[in-house]
Amino acid sequence: MSIDLTVVWAFIIAFAVFAYVVMDGFDLGIGILFPTFAVGPERDRAMNSIAPVWDGNETWLVLGGGGLFAAFPLAYAVILPATYPLIIAMLLGLVFRGVAFEYRWRDPGHRRYWDAAFTGGSLVAAMAQGMTLGALLQGVEVVGRSYAGSWFDWLTPYTLLTGLGTVAGYALLGATWLVWKLDGGSQHHARQLGKKAAWATLVLMGGVSLYNVFLNADYAARWLTAPEIYWAAPVPILTAIIAVALIRALSVERHSKPFWLSIALFFFGMAGLGVTMWPYVVPPDLTIWDAAAPKRSQVFMLVGVAITMPLIIAYTAWAYWVFRGKVGHEGYH
Amino acid sequence: MDNLDALILARIQFAFTVSFHFIFPAFSIGLASYLAVLEGLWLKTGKQLYLDLFKYWLKIFAIAFAMGVVSGIVMSYQFGTNWSVFSDLAGPVIGPLMAYEVLTAFFLEAGFLGVMLFGMERVGRKLHFAATIMVALGTFISAFWILSVNSWMHTPTGYEIGANGQFLPGESWLAIIFNPSFPYRLVHTVLAAYITTAFVVGGVGAWHLLKDRTNPHARKMFSMAMWMATIVVPVQIYAGDMHGLNTLEHQPQKVMAMEGHYQSYPDGAPLYLFGIPNDEEQRLDYAFGIPKLSSLILKHDLDAPLAGLDTIPDDEQPPVAIVFWSFRIMVGLGFAMLGVGLWALLARWRRKLYDWRWLHKVALVMAPSGFVAVIAGWITTEVGRQPYVIYRLMRTADAASPLDAPAIAASLLAFVVVYFAVFGAGVWYILHLMHKPPHAHEKGVKRGDKGPIRTAGITPGPTQDPTDATRRDLSGTKQEPQERP
Ligand code: HDD
Ligand code: HEM
Ligand code: HEM
Repeated sequence: MSIDLTVVWAFIIAFAVFAYVVMDGFDLGIGILFPTFAVGPERDRAMNSIAPVWDGNETWLVLGGGGLFAAFPLAYAVILPATYPLIIAMLLGLVFRGVAFEYRWRDPGHRRYWDAAFTGGSLVAAMAQGMTLGALLQGVEVVGRSYAGSWFDWLTPYTLLTGLGTVAGYALLGATWLVWKLDGGSQHHARQLGKKAAWATLVLMGGVSLYNVFLNADYAARWLTAPEIYWAAPVPILTAIIAVALIRALSVERHSKPFWLSIALFFFGMAGLGVTMWPYVVPPDLTIWDAAAPKRSQVFMLVGVAITMPLIIAYTAWAYWVFRGKVGHEGYH
Repeated sequence: MDNLDALILARIQFAFTVSFHFIFPAFSIGLASYLAVLEGLWLKTGKQLYLDLFKYWLKIFAIAFAMGVVSGIVMSYQFGTNWSVFSDLAGPVIGPLMAYEVLTAFFLEAGFLGVMLFGMERVGRKLHFAATIMVALGTFISAFWILSVNSWMHTPTGYEIGANGQFLPGESWLAIIFNPSFPYRLVHTVLAAYITTAFVVGGVGAWHLLKDRTNPHARKMFSMAMWMATIVVPVQIYAGDMHGLNTLEHQPQKVMAMEGHYQSYPDGAPLYLFGIPNDEEQRLDYAFGIPKLSSLILKHDLDAPLAGLDTIPDDEQPPVAIVFWSFRIMVGLGFAMLGVGLWALLARWRRKLYDWRWLHKVALVMAPSGFVAVIAGWITTEVGRQPYVIYRLMRTADAASPLDAPAIAASLLAFVVVYFAVFGAGVWYILHLMHKPPHAHEKGVKRGDKGPIRTAGITPGPTQDPTDATRRDLSGTKQEPQERP
């Protein structure tokens, strides 16, 4: 029996993207919600709840991008020029968000501005990521081995919808993370935000799913005809169950449960995405096999992943463990 | 070529963003190791002084590292956004090396960084030290892989060309990773990072010595940094020489450009100290040089013949002026640093290391010299390989993305504005931290605790340990017996 390494790599990249979306998702979500927190200890605590881990979380983005470059170079070479302005916006957004973690402590006089940079950067990055996803799903024009569309192909009502959906989803992750990490009045505030974000996420997710069905006959066939429907159907059903559980968990005194349910929601969103796109990496022209790197590259990297990934997961988990529990008021600053 | 403007803009954008990026790793690779040394010394000797220095530099490290990370993420996407043809064709060979960098270096750094910065009160001392070492190791591993990638683009080996035009890995990955220029580039660049850090630390030490020559923290920093300068700079010059010889073997026209050798010299080439390269006329105007010295350096023989750019077709020549001057800046600074290192040695020998004001003044002026040398060195390297992006195999002009000039102009403008504003602020904060003298009980961690370190409250100040309060003074003048060299 031979395993198709291209499929293995598609799953590895999908895993990296999922890990990124969930982990940096709550960082960015906190950034998006930051202005609603009271200036002073409340903001400081929200920030401190992620300060020790954001860099590790963001590294999954580098793995997603770097992994795509290595395992599907052609896809990397097509997607990035096709979404050029979005990618640049995302990178610049991440610059502002990333430095804000340090700068706001260094300069109390300008803390307001760095807090605003934190929010602005997070918002731009989230929006750009969601729109990039939408631009990919709506199809990218390819001729030969390169992008052949025009400048603003990435800007459509659909991509705006996926962008907003991502912003809402990240806000949900951020709010539920804070429900877990904070206590007292701040926690209550986070819970209220979580409820709003949950509704917004569900509505936008539903909107994007419906839009998908109309966007492309191929996608519709995936979801609406037998036999595909039998293995596609569990995704929306499970999503609905989780959605109900999430709204309920946010209405009662739960600490970590809403966060885990939000992750589950993202997981099924991602699974739905998989069903929609498979086996394309750049719809409608490039399948994962068209874009795959040669076997030697795949094998070499797989060895690396097999050795390092368990270690990475272990020490990342350890780092989270070190900073477990509700955030205190301490800080190294 | 219709897209010439787009190409130039893409090159400027890449050069700008990567140069900015590299400023931070050049500092943080060295500083991470310095922090590990300081923490190790603290654990070994139990001297508060080392812990103070550790905490002092840790705050600076955090800012530099954050700037390195965010500018690095930009880099990892630039290959696709601006050099998509290159990415598509070279991806199977260099992509995996960069993936290894993420897996073995970036995660390691990022995973342990949180514990290093915030975890002192939460984990034991040994574990915290382990985290510091992991971060330092991560920065080194990062340099390893990215320099392997970069070196492969200079001296590609171990590849095959596929039917679709892609570069494919050959039998052995070792041939790709350990390509001929890699060992030299790795040694030279990592040493450069250490030297850069040493001069920054030395400059800060000198600044505080100028204000108060009895400050024990400033003395320690200055002394440690000057040892680095004395010992490592000569090694670096030797490494640079070896690197140059290797380049002569693999990229002769780069060396011709560095030397300003437009003509061939059949019996001994001069070493030009000054001149104005004139690509039009293919000659060095106002040249001033030492006869035959270049042949001596490059061939270890005064009369050895050296070929010049007249043997290279015009469309394969790099722009000489940039390479010629950036090379001289780097080498000039290298010798200036050597001078400082030797001066410090003399000062030590005459027991004036902490009292020789001129030495301190010069060390202060030299504080940023490492950054300048590093960027000048990279410009030599990268411009010297033009017009190729993969030497002799792919021209830079053929590597670019199908983007129009206005799009790149807009992104370049955005990068310039944002980088100067954001990183300018970061540098300002770093300078602000450096301006404050390091003092005893930086950030006030209790002394003498055997178990895990714990802070008490948000800003545990110097008054935490009452038995000690009398000896402490924020200006750092009175505590700790002063050491003599
Ligand atoms: C503190 C920094 C520093 C200092 C003092 C020096 N260098 Fe350097 N040099 C670098 C930092 C650097 C660098 C930034 O690390 C480069 C760029 C790429 C590389 O491999 O190293 C470099 C490149 C570089 C190259 C180009 C190699 C190539 O691209 O093929 C040569 C020939 C030298 N160096 C030689 C020297 C010599 C003879 C020096 C003696 C004074 C010297 N360097 C001092
Ligand atoms: C960090 C230190 C580095 C600096 C300061 C630097 C600087 C530069 C400069 C100035 C150019 C422009 C040359 C020209 O167009 O005339 C350039 C080109 C380039 N460099 Fe580097 N470089 C660095 C490291 C790297 C590394 C590590 C890689 C690869 C992994 C790399 C890949 C490239 C590529 C692809 C180009 C082609 C684009 C172009 O020619 O403009 N560089 N670099
Ligand atoms: C074009 C080439 C380069 C790319 C694509 C690149 C990519 C990156 C990325 C993505 C990060 C962030 C990692 C994180 O999330 O933690 C980073 C940081 C870093 N890079 Fe680069 N890099 C390049 C050039 C270099 C060079 C030439 C060196 C060293 C010789 C270097 C050394 C580092 C180090 C040590 C860090 C850790 C952050 C810091 O120290 O400031 N990089 N780089």
